[in-house]
Amino acid sequence: MAELSNAPAPSPEALVDIYRRMIRIERNDDAIRKTIRLGRLVMPYYSARGQEVIPATISSLLTDDDKICTIYRGIHDMVAKDMPLRPLWAEIAGRVDGTCKGKGGPMHLTHPETGVMVTTGIVGSSMPIANGLAWAAKLDGSKRVTIAYFGDGASNIGAFHEALNLASVWKLPVIFVCQNNGFAEHTRYENGTSVDFIAKRAIGYGMPGHTVDGNDPLAMYAAAHEAITRAREGEGPTLLECKTFRFLGHVLGDDDKYMTKEEKAAAIAKDPLPAFKAWLVAQGHATEDQLAQMQAKIEAEVEDAQEFGLASPLPSVDELRRDVFAEEMPA
Amino acid sequence: MTAKKMNSLQAVNSALAQAMAEDDKVLVLGEDVADREGGGVTGATAGLSTRFGDDRVKSTPISEQAIIGAAIGAALAGYKPVAEIMLMNFTTVCMDMIFNHAAKLRFMSGGQSTVPITIRTLTGAGWQTAGQHADHLEGWFAHTAGIKVVAPSTPADYKGLLLSCIQDPDPCIFIESAGSLFIPGEVDEVATPIPLGKARIVQEGTDITIISWSSQVLRCQAALPALAEAGISAELIDLRTVSPWDREAVLASVAKTGRALVAHEAVRDFGPGGEIAATIAEELFGQLKAPVRRLGAPKSPVPFAKVLEDAYIVSPDRVADAVKALMA
Ligand SMILES: Cc1ncc(C[n+]2csc(CCOP(=O)(O)OP(=O)(O)O)c2C)c(N)n1
Repeated sequence: MAELSNAPAPSPEALVDIYRRMIRIERNDDAIRKTIRLGRLVMPYYSARGQEVIPATISSLLTDDDKICTIYRGIHDMVAKDMPLRPLWAEIAGRVDGTCKGKGGPMHLTHPETGVMVTTGIVGSSMPIANGLAWAAKLDGSKRVTIAYFGDGASNIGAFHEALNLASVWKLPVIFVCQNNGFAEHTRYENGTSVDFIAKRAIGYGMPGHTVDGNDPLAMYAAAHEAITRAREGEGPTLLECKTFRFLGHVLGDDDKYMTKEEKAAAIAKDPLPAFKAWLVAQGHATEDQLAQMQAKIEAEVEDAQEFGLASPLPSVDELRRDVFAEEMPA
Repeated sequence: MTAKKMNSLQAVNSALAQAMAEDDKVLVLGEDVADREGGGVTGATAGLSTRFGDDRVKSTPISEQAIIGAAIGAALAGYKPVAEIMLMNFTTVCMDMIFNHAAKLRFMSGGQSTVPITIRTLTGAGWQTAGQHADHLEGWFAHTAGIKVVAPSTPADYKGLLLSCIQDPDPCIFIESAGSLFIPGEVDEVATPIPLGKARIVQEGTDITIISWSSQVLRCQAALPALAEAGISAELIDLRTVSPWDREAVLASVAKTGRALVAHEAVRDFGPGGEIAATIAEELFGQLKAPVRRLGAPKSPVPFAKVLEDAYIVSPDRVADAVKALMA
């Protein structure tokens, strides 16, 4: 594994901003789950509870101009990228005010204004498309970077290997961010993946690869800062493997039979959210009160978005024929 | 406008050059496409990287998913990439990118994403390339919502239709077919795009309508003299675009002739001919003088041995026989 260079330490404001994004992800996730349980939302939900640090830290280093391609378990990536929550909720509820007029749903959100370019339900497919966005950034002569988010299981798909090779040959400003939560659906990491660290695979493609504690904002910041800077300076792609854990299984309602109670309990005991909050306060970067106020504001935002989304009208049936092509198709 | 004699391969090259000169958002990518790699295995992209630069004409690794993925991503960011998938059988390894992503992103995003990519690919039996290098898979693509399927047969159409595909705001698959690639014709040096979805009447007639596309049009054309000799006035339609197809032109013609034969190189069963035949039957049931017939390849992989390959292809003789049977 390549050594990390000395990235600058994040400012207190940057750290609080990372926490803001984390808590926004968590509060939103909590509200989605409650709404599903109440029967007011019907959708398959792939919660990323436990994985907040990864996109929160990366997004704190991105601008609206930077792009992301993400996956079915990617609502945290979008929330971290500051996607507005009203259209997000309307979309997961399948309503007209959704980011995609209710036609994409929870596995296919798109919101170009905040750089959310593609959300895919096909494992491993975020990477080849991220390459094209990065190629365009290069052709435009811009410093824009593109992030491809994916899981550990996705690194066993052919598209991963093709995409890393091409990105390296073309020196693309793209960062491949593997959120390694230890499981691919029900398959434990070592039963599906031939290497002990996914970052090792970067060696095969001639790019730097780092395995990072994805629950540690400082480690994530250093790794992401280096990769993003490298990409912006035209030095090419990086593979970041961010180790984490998904607290709620593969899909909501999953019975977790494929993991032990102990390992799950141990992971949850290390929940990065309360730990980071306590650290921020102990360091004097924020007071309990400030963080509580921040949280209250976010809760109000989530509640407003939820009400807005669930009250938004259903799409009309003629939408089936619209947006198949740019021109409307005859019946 | 000056016209030049060229074959369809040269027409493709000429279309790409024209499109790239007219719009600097047009890009070309694919295996070996740059001049350093010889300008493509068939030479279809020769000279483009020298003229337009290595940034706009990019040779890729042998990575079909990466090729189409890069095309999609660049398209989402405002470019118009033309991706070459060397042979149509190789689209099978990037079907996810084509089918799940390129074709669906506009719809799934509620109209926000636009994927103006063109996928150029080559196929066709008759060259003894056998099972994995010669399938006509337009039916797969035509069955998919969100992608347009274009299959020309003459050099002028290759150029005019390719220009339209590149300008089209949606993904198009442009099928080049070995049987039509080297036959010369007149092509405008600066051509006007030919609208997608509009058929071409190759020959007018009053007794029967033959509907075809791609290289099969040439085989149908070769059957016309025998039909004329038999006193049959056949109307031959080159569909040019398989999806969306020109229903109006086909239905108007069959309404006039009362008989229809669909002939394609793709396997007959579950092929695009079935869709066209069914539409004719649904729309013109009362006016038909005979049942609609389809000709296509047998449900067999493309064979190697010449005798088998000849039997696989829908020959001019088989077209003529089918027409005569329908007239009887
Ligand atoms: C190509 C493909 N194969 C299988 C699936 C079914 N599937 C959905 S999620 C998943 C597990 C993927 O695991 P990983 O990449 O580690 O991501 P995670 O869900 O852990 O975030 C599978 C197999 C799919 N969506 N796409």
